[in-house]
Parts: sequence; C-alpha cells; structure tokens
Amino acid sequence: MTVQVKIPTILRSYTGGEKSVEASGETLDAVFGDLESRHAGLRARLIAEGGGLHKFVNIYVDDEDVRFLGGLEAPVKDGQTVTILPAVAGGAGSQT
Amino acid sequence: MLELPRTIHDAVIAHARRDHPDECCGVLPGIDGRVTRIVEMQNAERSPTGFSWESGEVLALHRDMDDRDEEMLVVYHSHTMTEAAPSRTDVRFAVGATGPDVHWLIVSTREEATTEVRSFLIAADGEVSEEEVRLVDG
Repeated sequence: MTVQVKIPTILRSYTGGEKSVEASGETLDAVFGDLESRHAGLRARLIAEGGGLHKFVNIYVDDEDVRFLGGLEAPVKDGQTVTILPAVAGGAGSQT
Repeated sequence: MLELPRTIHDAVIAHARRDHPDECCGVLPGIDGRVTRIVEMQNAERSPTGFSWESGEVLALHRDMDDRDEEMLVVYHSHTMTEAAPSRTDVRFAVGATGPDVHWLIVSTREEATTEVRSFLIAADGEVSEEEVRLVDG
C-alpha cells in the first residue's frame, strides 16, 4: 500500500524540505512507522507521548479527519493521500 | 515587521468587534511575505477565553491556499478582556503548530474606544518578539 503524505511547512525540516513524500502501510500507524524509518523524528511530532495523535496536528485520509476513522488504526488504501496540517488554537486563557 | 493592507487591518478589527465578547480568529494568507486576503475562521469554542478551529474548515482553508499558491502568513485572534499579547496557550501553539515564520496578530477589544493591534513572531524555543505593524495602501 503506497500513499502520498503531505507535510506541513513546520515539519518539512524532517523531509529535507519535501512537501509530499511516499510511504507504505495498511494503517496510519504503519505509515507513520515507515515514515520514521526515512525521516527520523517525524513520528514524535505526530504521536503524543501518551500514544494518541498529537494535539498540534490535524491528520486526514483523503477528506476525512482520522479521528473519525479510528485514529492511528485508520486503514489506508493504495493511492490515498494522508494530509498533515497544523492544528491552531490559542486565546487569552482563564488564568490571565 | 508585518506589512498590513489598511483594508485588511480594518476587517480584522471589525471581525473582533463583531464577535466580542467571544474571541474571534482567522488567517491572513500571503504570497512572498505579502498579505493577500483575510479568511475569517469560526471559533469552534465560541469562548471569551480561547479559540480553536474545526478540522474540516482547516482542510478547506489549506486546499484553497494551495490552489492560490498562498501560505499561512498570519494567524490572528482577539483577546477580549486582556492586552493584545501572546498568552501561554498562544506560545504553546505557535511553537508546536504554526512554527516561527507565522506572524501572530492579536487584537484586544477590552477597551470600547480603542482597539489594540499588535504582531509577534514566536521562536521555536518560545521566545516572543514583538514586531512593528506597518499599514500600507490596499
């Protein structure tokens, strides 16, 4: 299973500046494992220490947010596109 | 320094005033460091103390920017009870999500008569640098 993975600007330092890279795997988790073998350090920016998806990224398989597809267990099929985008949030907060 | 077309500056303030007392948020896409337009985003939290974006809207925004060869040049939002300076949450997301090249434009609507508009660059180590906002024609 080969998929295209679109990389956001902030993470292109891990892919030598490439906007899009190929990876293989039958689940999102396997795709990230494959990516890590060629782009060391990238996986830690996508998966939080607790094991879930990192809060700083939105990840999609084609048009679907993977949180609605089973998260890391989301199946991927040959020819699909995995898109990684920055998940922006912020605000004054209740402490200030 | 952030060069901001006057019409876009005014549109950001209008958005902040319209959504007050909740925080507003949005993106100013750009090409080669020049702001091209304003994209108002929905604050999924509808909150006076925070903002976040719904993931479908984020995907649509980035596809639209890709089609126009734009980048996410500026992220803007409002603080409705405090000054126009990055909070700890803002810094955390600037470091983790947007990176050091995206300008963080913050508007404060806490005063009715005046609207504070300030811009910041936030380095990978979390160091905050305020920058000049220069209004230009357009």
